[in-house]
Amino acid sequence: MGREKGNPRLWVQAGWTALTNGYLSGFAKGKIYRGPLKNYCVPGLSCYSCPGALGACPIGSLQAVLGSRNYRFAFYVLGFLMMAGAVLGRFVCGWLCPFGLVQDLLHKIPLGKKLRRLPGEKALRLLRYVVLLGLVILLPLYVVDFVGQGQPWFCKVICPAGTLTAGLPLVARNDGLREAVGWLFAWKNLVLAVLVVLSVILWRPFCRYLCPLGAVYGIFNPIAFRRFRVEERACTSCGACQRACKLDIPVWKEPNSPDCVRCGECQRACPHNALEQLGLWTKKVANDLTTQEE
Amino acid sequence: MTFLRRNLPALACLLAGALFFAFGVARGEQFVVFTKAVNLCLECIGIG
Repeated sequence: MGREKGNPRLWVQAGWTALTNGYLSGFAKGKIYRGPLKNYCVPGLSCYSCPGALGACPIGSLQAVLGSRNYRFAFYVLGFLMMAGAVLGRFVCGWLCPFGLVQDLLHKIPLGKKLRRLPGEKALRLLRYVVLLGLVILLPLYVVDFVGQGQPWFCKVICPAGTLTAGLPLVARNDGLREAVGWLFAWKNLVLAVLVVLSVILWRPFCRYLCPLGAVYGIFNPIAFRRFRVEERACTSCGACQRACKLDIPVWKEPNSPDCVRCGECQRACPHNALEQLGLWTKKVANDLTTQEE
Repeated sequence: MTFLRRNLPALACLLAGALFFAFGVARGEQFVVFTKAVNLCLECIGIG
């Protein structure tokens, strides 16, 4: 825990969550914000039906455009994701995602034996690509009703952020919605409950296994402006970075793994200062032959 | 290594993303996003 002292990540996460979900009268009235900011996506997974949400969720928006009868490709949302991915990669997941913050806080609860991975971890981590391809892209595109309208399948059957930040507060305050809940609401609450319990013992289970937004941003990790560089002259392959990594990534071998959410624990743990986070402001790096970015 | 050369793939993605974004705006896709975002998403809540 000592390493976390002085780490601004939690404050940035909390500040960003407050900023993008700061429509307080929405919570008071049980209604959602309907202003012009909803034209724009926020970078993290943040349900637009949350009473506090001021922006649009990129995954919900992607499904909305793909499922619309007028469009077969979502240039607007994909363009946004490409720009955010090119600049930040999965830094978004580690620092700017409200549901990431929820999981981080749950993991701080001192209950049970903390696990570093689950059995079948490698295969489980591929699930998020299946979710992205199946529930976010293919089903909204091809399973359509008689007017050609698809549904947001990921939001409907999995998204725990929607259940937690939109479903529960709205159903609690709205009699009409409360009367309409059925098996789907129960299923989504079951998914949320499993993830909540799992988050206490395993760091960020939703980000590891299920998040389609993380799957998209992970593709950009090796090339994003914000990425890691290993100074090979300084690195002794001691493995301190992997031991500090809550996702159990061998950072010294794979500094830009698509699983990495850029929490920065590995960098703080390195006894030789061999890890550097590059960013837009990094003008010059050491000789190519002594560095490893892939 | 220059900043440009080192970040060429990211710059290319950034540019392509900006073009995609602008093309999406030109096609009016943001209205679909807006319409979805300002109305209660029953699927997100777990009702629809």
